[in-house]
Amino acid sequence: MRTIDELLTDSPTFAGLEPAQLEFIAGCARNEHVAAGTMLMREGEPAERFWLIRRGVVALELYVPGREPLVIETLEAGDVVGWSWLFPPYRWALDGRTVGDCHLITFDGVCLREKCESDHDLGFELMSRFTADVIERLQATRLQLADVHGKVSATA
Amino acid sequence: MVPASFEVVEKRQDTADVWTLELEADSGEPFEFEPGQFTMLAAGGAGEVPISISGAPDKPERLIHTVKAVGLATAAICAAEAGQVLSVRGPFGRPWPLDQVGGADVVIAAGGIGLPPLRPAILRLLARRERYGRLLLLYSGRSPDELLFTDELGEWSQRGLEVMVTVDSAGEEWDGHVGVVTRLVRHAKLEPGVVVMSCGPELMMRFLVAALSAQGIGSDRVYVSMERNMQCGIGRCGHCQLGPTLVCRDGPVYRWPELSRWLAIREL
Amino acid sequence: MAAVTVIEREHFDELLAAIARRGYTIVGPTVRDEAIVYDEICSAADLPIGWTDEQDGGYYRLRRRDDEALFGYAVGPHSWKQYQLPAEVRLWRGGVDKRGGLVNVTEAPQEAPRYAFVGARSCELHAMGILDRVLTGGRRSDPADAAPTNEVFVVAVQCGEAGGTCFCVSMNTGPVAGRGFDLALTEILSDTGHHFVVEVGSERGAEVIVDAPHREATRGDRDAACSVHERTAAHMGRELDTTDIRDLLYRNFEHPQWDEVAARCLTCGNCTMVCPTCFCTTVEDVTDLQGEHVERYQRWDSCFTVDYSHMHGGSVRNSTRSRYRQWMTHKLATWWDQFGSSGCVGCGRCITWCPVGIDLTEEARSIRESERSDSDAHD
Repeated sequence: MRTIDELLTDSPTFAGLEPAQLEFIAGCARNEHVAAGTMLMREGEPAERFWLIRRGVVALELYVPGREPLVIETLEAGDVVGWSWLFPPYRWALDGRTVGDCHLITFDGVCLREKCESDHDLGFELMSRFTADVIERLQATRLQLADVHGKVSATA
Repeated sequence: MVPASFEVVEKRQDTADVWTLELEADSGEPFEFEPGQFTMLAAGGAGEVPISISGAPDKPERLIHTVKAVGLATAAICAAEAGQVLSVRGPFGRPWPLDQVGGADVVIAAGGIGLPPLRPAILRLLARRERYGRLLLLYSGRSPDELLFTDELGEWSQRGLEVMVTVDSAGEEWDGHVGVVTRLVRHAKLEPGVVVMSCGPELMMRFLVAALSAQGIGSDRVYVSMERNMQCGIGRCGHCQLGPTLVCRDGPVYRWPELSRWLAIREL
Repeated sequence: MAAVTVIEREHFDELLAAIARRGYTIVGPTVRDEAIVYDEICSAADLPIGWTDEQDGGYYRLRRRDDEALFGYAVGPHSWKQYQLPAEVRLWRGGVDKRGGLVNVTEAPQEAPRYAFVGARSCELHAMGILDRVLTGGRRSDPADAAPTNEVFVVAVQCGEAGGTCFCVSMNTGPVAGRGFDLALTEILSDTGHHFVVEVGSERGAEVIVDAPHREATRGDRDAACSVHERTAAHMGRELDTTDIRDLLYRNFEHPQWDEVAARCLTCGNCTMVCPTCFCTTVEDVTDLQGEHVERYQRWDSCFTVDYSHMHGGSVRNSTRSRYRQWMTHKLATWWDQFGSSGCVGCGRCITWCPVGIDLTEEARSIRESERSDSDAHD
């Protein structure tokens, strides 16, 4: 049975971190089985945790009254779910829902955030890695936006 | 309550699916209203729908409505020609709090078909320009050809309303902002004492409140105009309930904190 | 202290006659289609003499009593709501001219007769008051809509039988009516006779009594009436803990119990039709084939329909779960914020007439108990 630090090194987001850093992060984490249809995060609520998907799918969605929730993106095994814990105002911008039963690693975002404020090396590492994730998803979202309008109108 | 008959005296097509109709009462009476109020409007037997009044509040001789054709009732209204009669009940609802924000900077944040309900407020603010600080319009639409009242924006700008317009996407001929309205919030450099009045898609308003909060503007400074299935307009039929509030009677204009709890519950 | 008199069973028709002489149209309970419903009645013979009702979740049967009680049952599917807020009302009619404008509009005249309600229960009096507040509230209500309860002559009946789904005691709406009536009857059947202990609740009630054979109530008569009241109160079929119920439901909009009840609920809307306080209406314009005449009707509507919360694009409350939740939280919780009271009077009709027997007292209990066990788990 693998430990959380071992699982983290498989994830591109955490690979390459120093062992002591990984150990600290693993200390803020625990394994969770989450049932299908669970709302991991709700728009506007305080963002205090984040997740790494080991198995299963999480849908990021926007709810608008009168319509089925709009699924913006689905995240899968190896993806990190949730950045808002690291950036002010530390509130979720979307809803996140488990599509099927999921195996997740749940991180205490508040604890990690506070550690980043005192340990800038760790802070820099996490900021760089999460920013890289954000950039990748932003570019993907821009492409998604262009498709929706049926013409390529936005450039990255 | 019997509807009053109003004749269509002028009609203008604004975009592919939006028309503005200017109405005059058969009775000859002016239609007094406050900015932010709506009427229950119908063409023939196609059913009544709640439509915000988009005309000048100091020119009540004409009742003006800007309508988007999204269903049977609105399509019938938009198809009415000059000389035809529409039925009107109202005005209903709680208006924009223009009298309570004297001295403040006021931001009007409108999305798409959300600009018509704010137009009377803009006209009233400009008519009493000296009572307010900075006046700013943040207006967003899906694309340049879906923008409304573009011929008036220049005139409003000259009368003291700063205007910032953005679209979700555009071609090269558009030389304005492209991006959602929340992006304009940062560029607008708003002071904490500002009052914001917003109308547009509910999702836009939710994200706007979050973006304003990130700029240090509390949600208690934000007023929004809401929509639900309003039918009677007088708080009797029950259809427009949103949690404990009746949108036709307690709204459609609300201060954000009155609603935020209820809007966070899906299918409420 | 209010006057208390006694009227013998054999003089009951004279009581009804005294009311009718004053120009009232008497409406009361009668047996029809194997249920006790409200309709115009002429004499005691029209009443459900010797009948009682058996009620449970999704269950209603009439059963013969072994006595000849006139009011020996609880409540049936009808409520007085059908007179306060009729199921269909024509609001106005008019012609349509060539331009599509309304001409020659006539509003519906207020032609309702002056009613006397005979047999109204305490829960029903509360329901009438609640509905009256709804119908006359708001900034712009038509005065013509005001429920004519001031003009309705009310002969209440203090319940001698608690129904299988009744919980008026929980809702503080009965079983004893304290006010809101002109006369209140407690039916007493014993070896020595069959009579009614009558509490007078108004001047016009006192006038009517004077017109019918009666005698002053003795101490024994009053005690007998009290016994009936106490016995009924002790036999409620259901119970609802209303402690903090508004906040209980406000805390639990996402409770899994809503999914549970949604698996059973058919969204048939029966509950909204039989409920004496449900007030939602819709408006429909009916035109003739040439489009030259139009009539506008107001009809009962139900929040259980998908269309009820329709906005362009779709309905806000699409799922059964959201619609059941809307009905129950409105009735027990948001009604407080809207109208200053509960919307529920504990009559039990929604439980009896639900085809699958959904019981809102059970649903509330499940939610409340799950909070208790949650907090127990954390101790």
